[in-house]
Amino acid sequence: MSDAGNRFRPLLGHRLFWPVAVLVAMLAANTIYRPGFLAIEVNNGHLYGTPIDILRLSAPLILVGLGMTLVISTGGIDLSVGSLCAISGAIACLYISRAPDQNNLVTVLTALAMALGVALVLGAWNGVLVSVIGIQPIIATLILMVAGRGLAQLIAEGQIITINSGPYRAIGLGHLLTLPLAIFIALAAALLVAAFTRRTALGMIVESVGGNREASRLAGIRSGRIVFLVYVVSAACAAIAGFMMTANVSSADGNNTGLWVELDAILAVVIGGTSLAGGRFYLSGTIVGALIIQTLTTTVYAMNISPQTALLFKAVVVIAVCLIQAPAFRAKFRRRRRGTPPPTPSAPQPQKEQVTA
Amino acid sequence: MTDSRPVLTMTGISKSFPGVRALHNVDFRLFPSEVHALMGENGAGKSTLIKVLTGVYGIDEGSVTLDGEQVAFNGPMQAAAAGVSTVYQEVNLCPNLSVAENIFIGREPRRFGAVRWGEVRRRARQLLARLDLDIDVTAPVASFSLAVQQMVAIARAIDVQARVLILDEPTSSLDAGEVAQLFRIMRQLRDEGIAILFVTHFLDQVYGIADRITVLRNGTLVGEYPTAELPQLALVEKMIGKELDVLEGIEEQPRPELAAIERGTPFVQVSKLGRRGAVAPFSLTIHAGEVVGLAGLLGSGRTEVARLLFGADRADRGEIEVNGTRTGLRNPVQAIDHGIGFCSENRRTEGIIADLSVRENMILAMQAARGWLRPIPRRRQDELVDRYIKALSIRPANPEMPVRNLSGGNQQKVLLARWLITEPRLLILDEPTRGIDIGAKAEIQKLVVQLSDGGMAVLFISAELEEVLRLSHKIAVMRDRELVAHLDNDDTVDADLVMQTIASGTAREEANR
Ligand SMILES: Nc1ncnc2c1ncn2[C@@H]1O[C@H](COP(=O)(O)OP(=O)(O)OP(=O)(O)O)[C@@H](O)[C@H]1O
Ligand SMILES: [Mg+2]
Repeated sequence: MSDAGNRFRPLLGHRLFWPVAVLVAMLAANTIYRPGFLAIEVNNGHLYGTPIDILRLSAPLILVGLGMTLVISTGGIDLSVGSLCAISGAIACLYISRAPDQNNLVTVLTALAMALGVALVLGAWNGVLVSVIGIQPIIATLILMVAGRGLAQLIAEGQIITINSGPYRAIGLGHLLTLPLAIFIALAAALLVAAFTRRTALGMIVESVGGNREASRLAGIRSGRIVFLVYVVSAACAAIAGFMMTANVSSADGNNTGLWVELDAILAVVIGGTSLAGGRFYLSGTIVGALIIQTLTTTVYAMNISPQTALLFKAVVVIAVCLIQAPAFRAKFRRRRRGTPPPTPSAPQPQKEQVTA
Repeated sequence: MTDSRPVLTMTGISKSFPGVRALHNVDFRLFPSEVHALMGENGAGKSTLIKVLTGVYGIDEGSVTLDGEQVAFNGPMQAAAAGVSTVYQEVNLCPNLSVAENIFIGREPRRFGAVRWGEVRRRARQLLARLDLDIDVTAPVASFSLAVQQMVAIARAIDVQARVLILDEPTSSLDAGEVAQLFRIMRQLRDEGIAILFVTHFLDQVYGIADRITVLRNGTLVGEYPTAELPQLALVEKMIGKELDVLEGIEEQPRPELAAIERGTPFVQVSKLGRRGAVAPFSLTIHAGEVVGLAGLLGSGRTEVARLLFGADRADRGEIEVNGTRTGLRNPVQAIDHGIGFCSENRRTEGIIADLSVRENMILAMQAARGWLRPIPRRRQDELVDRYIKALSIRPANPEMPVRNLSGGNQQKVLLARWLITEPRLLILDEPTRGIDIGAKAEIQKLVVQLSDGGMAVLFISAELEEVLRLSHKIAVMRDRELVAHLDNDDTVDADLVMQTIASGTAREEANR
């Protein structure tokens, strides 16, 4: 190994190395394709530009991803987050649309609190199904994934609820210190979840439950409570994401708000290095994962790739990222490169030998 | 036996993991028709040598030849196809598949492409009969004790038409009877010309069956010796690399007088505690400072008793008094609140959290008892962890190493530390010395004596009767999921008597109370 090789090894070994490398590569490719891609301009005291857009648009995905990370760490999965986005968005918008003054801050806060409350109850429902009744997480949350869409429709009475509320719109499109407010909300949520898990022992206990549930139980951990808790957290994150999504367009659509966001969130978590089998989780990885996915989406739009090919394109990139990260794949690659001869098991030779024991 | 050519040679093998040199320039040979013991302390590199041989890990340097031809397997399947059949240290069966399915998985007898399930079951039964095991082969593997699982893994390995059979600590949770049966089969296979590589920490087993011994220390080869030319003492010295003194002392350690202990209220008193299908109602009293041993054969219900006392399983009848007050031990949390700790025999599925670091694994029980809102300050964690890494000589002494990267014996020590850190008033140890090398085993036994001197009550379970006899004040004898006798471990009690009690199912009148 050369000196340089040794110096870079710790960097290469860092679990965020590959996700960040992919992100940088994608940004670079975009810049080559469209030199103005990274340009940021100041307008009206606010920053504008594609990178800012990517950050702003990835905020809801980051939020959903944070909750999903915890759920996946316990060895579970939450498919209902998309529906939860739709439900919370619909409740908030409905309440605001019926209010006499849509621009009243108290009205908006009440709407948010109500919608958040309902989301927490639904998250608790998921938690009970999984931890108390013991239904497989994928099935338990599938129930709300399907039924939740219906519920959102019911709330909106089958309509798209359109509102005209300044404070509500600000959640998605407002600015703070020259940057979109959404970025700060996502950042605050990330810091909160990080503090909540890493400043207390919760993170370790979540990882312990996900790594080996029975061993955790025998160590005195109330696994059930922990599992319950992560579904509630996930629902809360989804609700806030739902506010952002609906605020972006000042309307709530039970059918389309947060559609397929659960899949993007799961991808972001996996790209970030958290194993679907549960155990160790990496919040920073999830954030990078969410940025990768949003960059990908933006790229696809910017390059005018047709929607059909776009999905395929996305799939190829995701597969590549996952492969690069898989230790087994990397090991194979490395072995090949070093030129180790392919293993050749000798054919069993029938060979009689006199043996004196 | 040396004038034939080796069936397997490994030359100049080196293998490093990040930060750990597990093997350095190790040579190893295996001849047809021999049982070859691979010896060394915990973490010496025995399992790693086996894993690089069968392709679980890639080799950094060195070469392997099988029948004179160079090979580099890419995994156990390929190794097995070439005639190298392996039982790994950590039993790796599919817990929710049946015993029969586990034995034949990947090589089911088929007709026209369809698996012949009847044939699978019949042959599984036959195979287990060879090991003297009569169990329901259609039941899921997870429903059996670790010892049975170990036997199933062995059955699977010996059924393959192999020229080399590798057994990594196959006897670590077996009783004398099963060990004898296994040895009978090993001798039979050896006489058929099969080369057997055998890893164990039991010296008497080595001298009972091995023809030749290879010793590793710290990842390097110490030497290869015919068993007859290497006396036991010399072997131990070669393994630990110094004159041994650790093994002495345990015998001389005076045990506190039983009479002195028995005064005062018992710490735990159970009467007629039982659970249908697991263990018949039993009564047991454990005082502070007392070591109670549980003796019995495979499947006699020792582990079940331990689990009931810890609330890992719920008793469906009977009463428990802790410190003189009646309580129900419905779950581990309650038991831990009462100051009870339980070190499970099954470290892989019920013990370690493989992903987490040594430090996190050690503090887990203490942290759980405090609740997640009150994290143990990092300084205190490091203090505790350092103390126990030293006390139990855990290697490598790196608290941030994921516990899965530790050798089997060292993982066992981490588990023990997890409970010692909680300073329990009653510590239930189910096979605490499983897979632990002789030096560390003596240390742990000393520790048990020390702890009980300090007032801790211990319930001690071990397949090794010697160990139970050495440490216990009282012995409860189990047979067929029933506690059949209580013996005071005085001068009149020895291994023979305990075995007799197990065999007859009753104790002498005066010991029975
Ligand atoms: N996957 C791994 N990653 C990092 N280190 C490892 C890994 N596997 C083994 N080691 C290290 O290699 C050394 C040898 O381990 P090995 O399992 O071969 O010991 P062993 O002789 O089988 O011990 P035991 O008697 O406890 O089973 C140990 O220091 C262990 O920590
Ligand atoms: Mg080993």
